[in-house]
Amino acid sequence: MKYDCIVVGGGHAGCEAAHISAFLGKKTLLITMNKKNIADMPCNPSIGGTAKGVIVRDIDALGGLMGKVADESHFQMKMLNSKKGPAVQSLRCQADKTTYPKNMLKRLENTTNLTIQEGLVENLIAEENKIKGIVLANNEKIKCDALILTTGTYLKSNILRGAVSTEGGPHGEGRSNHLSDNLKRLGFTIQRLKTGTPPRIKADSIDFSKCSIEEGDKKYYTFSHDDKPKYKIEEQQKCYLIYTNQETHQIILNNLEKSSMYGGYVTGIGPRYCPSIEDKIVRFKDKERHQLFLEPESMFYDEWYIQGFSTSMPEDVQEKMVHSLSGLENAIITKYAYAIEYDAIDPLQLKPSLETKVIENLFTAGQINGTSGYEEAAGQGLIAGINAVRKLNNQEPFILKRNESYIGVLIDDLVTKGTKEPYRMLTSRAEYRLLLRHDNADLRLRGYAHELGTITDEMYQNYLNRVQKIEELNNFLDTTKLELTNDVKAKFQEQNFNLPLNKMSLKELLKRPEITFEFLDTLLNIPFEEDIKEVVSIAIKYDGYIKKTNKEIEKMLKLEEKQIPKDINYQKIKNLASEARVKLEQIRPISIGQAARISGVNPSDISILAIYLKKEYGKND
Amino acid sequence: MEETIAAISTASGQGAISIIRVSGKDAIKIVNSIFKGKNIEKVKSHTIHYGFIVNNQEEIDEVLVTVMHSPKTFTKEDIVEINCHGGIATTNKILEILLEKGARLAEPGEFTKRAFLNGRISLLEAESVGDLIEAKSEAQRRMALNGMSGRLTNIIRNIRNEILDIIANIEVNIDYPEYDDAPNVTPQLLKDKTIKIEKDLQLLLDNSKIGKMIKSGIDIALVGRPNVGKSSILNALLNEEKAIVTDICGTTRDLIEAKMNLNGILFNLIDTAGIRESEDIVEKIGVNKSKQVIETADLVILVLNNNEELTSEDQDLLKMIQEKTHLIFINKTDLETKLKLSINENVIKGNTKDLNGLEKLKKKIMELYHFDKLKEKDLTYLSNIRQINLVKESIKSIEQIHIDLKKEIPVDMLEIHLRNAFDNLGILIGEKYEDELIDKLFKNFCLGK
Repeated sequence: MKYDCIVVGGGHAGCEAAHISAFLGKKTLLITMNKKNIADMPCNPSIGGTAKGVIVRDIDALGGLMGKVADESHFQMKMLNSKKGPAVQSLRCQADKTTYPKNMLKRLENTTNLTIQEGLVENLIAEENKIKGIVLANNEKIKCDALILTTGTYLKSNILRGAVSTEGGPHGEGRSNHLSDNLKRLGFTIQRLKTGTPPRIKADSIDFSKCSIEEGDKKYYTFSHDDKPKYKIEEQQKCYLIYTNQETHQIILNNLEKSSMYGGYVTGIGPRYCPSIEDKIVRFKDKERHQLFLEPESMFYDEWYIQGFSTSMPEDVQEKMVHSLSGLENAIITKYAYAIEYDAIDPLQLKPSLETKVIENLFTAGQINGTSGYEEAAGQGLIAGINAVRKLNNQEPFILKRNESYIGVLIDDLVTKGTKEPYRMLTSRAEYRLLLRHDNADLRLRGYAHELGTITDEMYQNYLNRVQKIEELNNFLDTTKLELTNDVKAKFQEQNFNLPLNKMSLKELLKRPEITFEFLDTLLNIPFEEDIKEVVSIAIKYDGYIKKTNKEIEKMLKLEEKQIPKDINYQKIKNLASEARVKLEQIRPISIGQAARISGVNPSDISILAIYLKKEYGKND
Repeated sequence: MEETIAAISTASGQGAISIIRVSGKDAIKIVNSIFKGKNIEKVKSHTIHYGFIVNNQEEIDEVLVTVMHSPKTFTKEDIVEINCHGGIATTNKILEILLEKGARLAEPGEFTKRAFLNGRISLLEAESVGDLIEAKSEAQRRMALNGMSGRLTNIIRNIRNEILDIIANIEVNIDYPEYDDAPNVTPQLLKDKTIKIEKDLQLLLDNSKIGKMIKSGIDIALVGRPNVGKSSILNALLNEEKAIVTDICGTTRDLIEAKMNLNGILFNLIDTAGIRESEDIVEKIGVNKSKQVIETADLVILVLNNNEELTSEDQDLLKMIQEKTHLIFINKTDLETKLKLSINENVIKGNTKDLNGLEKLKKKIMELYHFDKLKEKDLTYLSNIRQINLVKESIKSIEQIHIDLKKEIPVDMLEIHLRNAFDNLGILIGEKYEDELIDKLFKNFCLGK
């Protein structure tokens, strides 16, 4: 049996990779240990979040599945940072852990060219540093032209609770015992990472009267650009907020040495942004309490997730910790929290296309690359899938720039800077985030998607319609002048706004900070959808800021355009600092821009490199 | 090695000797072809030789040439330095001959650029080298050396860290909107915090003005009516310091300028004593000239005569100096006191026969600029235009925050200005790459440094 493309692992990266490869016409195999765990959500019961919500939108704009599946699988939707600027707003839904995987599986099963098979992959077949196929634990060999590894946390994973370490992955699944060793043998650098998850508790053992309510938004949203909302606001579920207290802290401090982390049982490096509760208490001694969110996992079983309470304490200590919490005095723990450590590759061994530098036609995506999070994984999976297909078609790789998508930022960071802890996307990582907004994902990316062939004609049409409406609204605002009738004057006075001196166009008016579409709608009928008004309003109100960002992008792109030849010999460049030489040799950046972002490569090294390129490769670039 | 470049390395118009520096693969060959003396192609490295520069057998100047072989030179290339006498004409003639023989005129800062590109010096050093070469007084030299040692870097790094703290706080607010771990950066909080940063940056800028004074010397104008004793004060000050009085050419030919070195700080004394005293119009011209001098000087010393009553001209001059940094020196205290002056501030009394008063004057000058407290470590000022502009840009960014806060621009967007300030300060201390930095940097150097 031979496939064009094999995807190993059915997590969020694997689903996107397999789907897009098959959608692009390649005979694709998705191989997973357990079909039931496809698109499993082993940690938090939510999709999206700050920055991550924009990744989901970007995935959707590019033809990925995550947004569409989330839209049909959630029971609460919220726009985060809705009171802050437009650049930092992001959607998050509470996704149902039962329906999300089911809906994803359904879509994959309905994808032409895609076969799903159960199996545990333990080895790769490579000839002359080119991938040829995989070997399963039962020694079955399957051939392929391209391979995408999306193995998540399943490489030599250990689950830790206190001193107890169990071999295996999340959800009681097995682990791949040999794949990471075999990767090492092929020349990959393997690092050990760690993450964790909090305890789950039984819903009817929670005293909700002691918790404060956290509701979803009263407004309808969708992740997907092609969906209408499929839920009813009144059916949205509540989450709850509780706090740790001094007793909880004391229990943790008294038992610190029993935790896997502080007891020295963990070798992997955990993420700083997502510390365990024991970490928080040790590191922030002065803080009297820490927030915890209670979130339902599914409407089909009664388990709740305690967000913010991840721990590697032994089970008996976890019992005490949970019962010290107000509202959870009698809570029944259904699943104990655990830390998990696993093998990952060093992402510096990847090209920006997510193809490995070590083995040709081998791609990797998701946690194996050192990231964390469903959305980060899905974004990489999509890009790896697209680029695997393009490689097979002898096409140039599709590389998103830092000013085009959070996915571009994510991958550029990974392959340029590497990571020593599980990498989570943050808005602060995106220097051009003013352009990487929730509201313009389609405007940024659907054009590419159309060229790549990753979206249907209908999806492309949705985008074209929106572009047209935006233009129409802009014309409308330019040409419509506000008549200063008595009624209009009264409305201005009512709000205490300065009255315009003469008939101003609506566009001029909107430039004022206090004038919003919401207000204009009370004066006259502006017949456009809210999402169109949003995009247009942002462009008008933040014009100066957008221009400023664009100027910076121009500078950046100039450096990106300065390509570094693939055959460059860094040993031949005199006077490079030795650290810079080592880093450049290792990362082999594709442009001066990328080279400049490498830590340890200093401005003077970049000048020397730029001058060398000019001398050796002609004056024009 | 690169093509051979040549330039006059000493500042034009100053000093009894000039140095022409030639660097590159043919440096020794080219100089040898116009040198009458030893065959310098055969001499040892780092040796000095006496001879003449000749052009078609005509002796142009008596010179000393220093021969330095690659790589132990400033540019890591072969270098010949010609120490010639004479003024601009001779020096220029020699340079001209060198160019005829195949050397190329060096671009501004090209020697330093080569030193940098050939791995001889770092970027920050490259910038300070220009200043060091230009240093005329000990304080200047120290300031240039400090630029290299990175004291300024530390100060800026601290400000940069404060900015980073705010950025980080804003980011936490964005990325963890539901967590109450970090204080919310409200518009008010942002305003308060950035006001402090703006002040710090402004201080740096203000200090740099003193830095600039140290670099170019402090211009002191001696003004006063004729015969109040300006010239004798000037001479008394100078005699002690053994400075040279020179005529300044050009439009201010009536002014006398002299350089005085007080505890390592360079002062340019400008005296209106040279104004010719032709009968009727003398006082008028004197006052007009004084006006001009007062406007451009850093410090004005008004000299009054203790032996005469205050005249209307004195009154005019007193008015003129009000807005300037000034001192009043009441001269001729050895004579009978006829002068009545209601002002006490910044007033020093003395005469040129007993030097006590002049000592007090000098002390007062030092105090005025806090030079008396100036130690080596304090000389960490922004010393060139590039640095000053980057700080100005940073201040502008912060000011923009204050403007846009009024326009209700969200804090998360205003952060872009903090990032700009952060980046600009980063460029200043070499912690971020900017494409054109290198070219700009080297263009800022004077020719041939």
